[in-house]
Amino acid sequence: MSLSVDFKLSLPDFDLKVAFDAPTGITALSGHSGAGKTTLINVLAGLVTPDYGHIETDGRVLFSSALKVNLKPEQRHIGYIFQDARLFPHLTVLQNLKCGRWFRRLPMNPSTIEEIVTLLGIDHVLSRRPSQLSGGEKQRVAIGRALLSEPEVILADEPLSSLDSDRKKEILPYFEMLRDQMSIPIVYVSHDADEVTRLATTHFELAHGKIHSQSSDS
Amino acid sequence: MTDWLSPPEIEAVLLSLKVAFWATIVSLPFGIVVGFVLARYEFPGKHLLNGLVHLPLILPPVVTGFILLKLFGTQGPIGSALEELGIVIAFSWSGAALAAAIMAFPLMVRAIRLSFEAVDVRLEETARSLGAHRFQVFCIISLPLALPGVVTGSILAFAKAIGEFGATITFVSNIPGETRTLPSAVYSFMQVPGGEESAYRLVILAVIVSMTALLLSEWLAKRVKTVVEGR
Repeated sequence: MSLSVDFKLSLPDFDLKVAFDAPTGITALSGHSGAGKTTLINVLAGLVTPDYGHIETDGRVLFSSALKVNLKPEQRHIGYIFQDARLFPHLTVLQNLKCGRWFRRLPMNPSTIEEIVTLLGIDHVLSRRPSQLSGGEKQRVAIGRALLSEPEVILADEPLSSLDSDRKKEILPYFEMLRDQMSIPIVYVSHDADEVTRLATTHFELAHGKIHSQSSDS
Repeated sequence: MTDWLSPPEIEAVLLSLKVAFWATIVSLPFGIVVGFVLARYEFPGKHLLNGLVHLPLILPPVVTGFILLKLFGTQGPIGSALEELGIVIAFSWSGAALAAAIMAFPLMVRAIRLSFEAVDVRLEETARSLGAHRFQVFCIISLPLALPGVVTGSILAFAKAIGEFGATITFVSNIPGETRTLPSAVYSFMQVPGGEESAYRLVILAVIVSMTALLLSEWLAKRVKTVVEGR
């Protein structure tokens, strides 16, 4: 599977004009703050509409100005992992995990849910509320929630940057696991060079609204 | 209570509670929709809608009552249409509930709107990325998170509805047992010799009911907030 992206979006300060392919594995996007990284993945998620261009995953068109296609965020099957986990505070951890499957009417196989819960080591917090979790636990639940919605692409926007270094070490292996075990494209935004070196299969740098290819590190 | 309050006083209090209850229940769905729309959407005519909702707060109540009478009276455009369906609300307790609902609506909408505005838009976006369409986002994310404001708005509206006087007396008059609510009863007792004592009792009751509603809304809103946020 792969995600191909080619669009232009005018922003107040500069134009974001990018074209790249994100194959299976982790495509790291780095760049200074204000380079438009978050805007870029919001475009992929369908939260921001570009001026023109074409975005598709293996023949499924998500956005195309030529074909007049612009799928809504809920139709794109994209799992989005945010810097702040953004768990729903009024739902338990288990309800947070299940809600994507419920929204998409996917079968609630206990085994599927249990597999991911065990994988992420969050079986002991299922009945808790997000406010009772540590930063690392929150981010693991957020990863699980995105995975259980069975996405065709995963977007991660600086998922480790709000965690301290111990918590980072706790979460990093999970992204390595996603990279190595799931055969879907993962677009991973980070300004941390170590993180990028460790995780990236493909690496792009975003500067002045343009994409520059970097040598692959792994 | 029967020893302390005379039958006409009890009648007025119970009628006020009934009027306020129905005024709150029936206007709540509209309050939620209008509060949400004002909090989340930009559209032409938004200021007009906002102004219209808040108008009863600023207009003299007698003017609101007069407009209601002209619209919903048996000769009015809406009133005559309703009459053909066998519904008469002018000079009936349901008319009192309508007047109370309209006068209380700005308070209800304001509280609900503020709490929808306090719901993090990013949580709503997150839900959409997980596959929720707009209506699911509203039901599963926005409304539960705005619940403290919905509770506060409802109780404030209820308290306001119990005390509504000007628009009510203009629209549905002051008929014992039908439209003589607590404030109308106080007014009537003040007009008759020896009625002062009854008026005092109802005034004390009105203060107690209003104060209780205010304290209850504060307390409930806090409770609901705690439950919603899971602390």
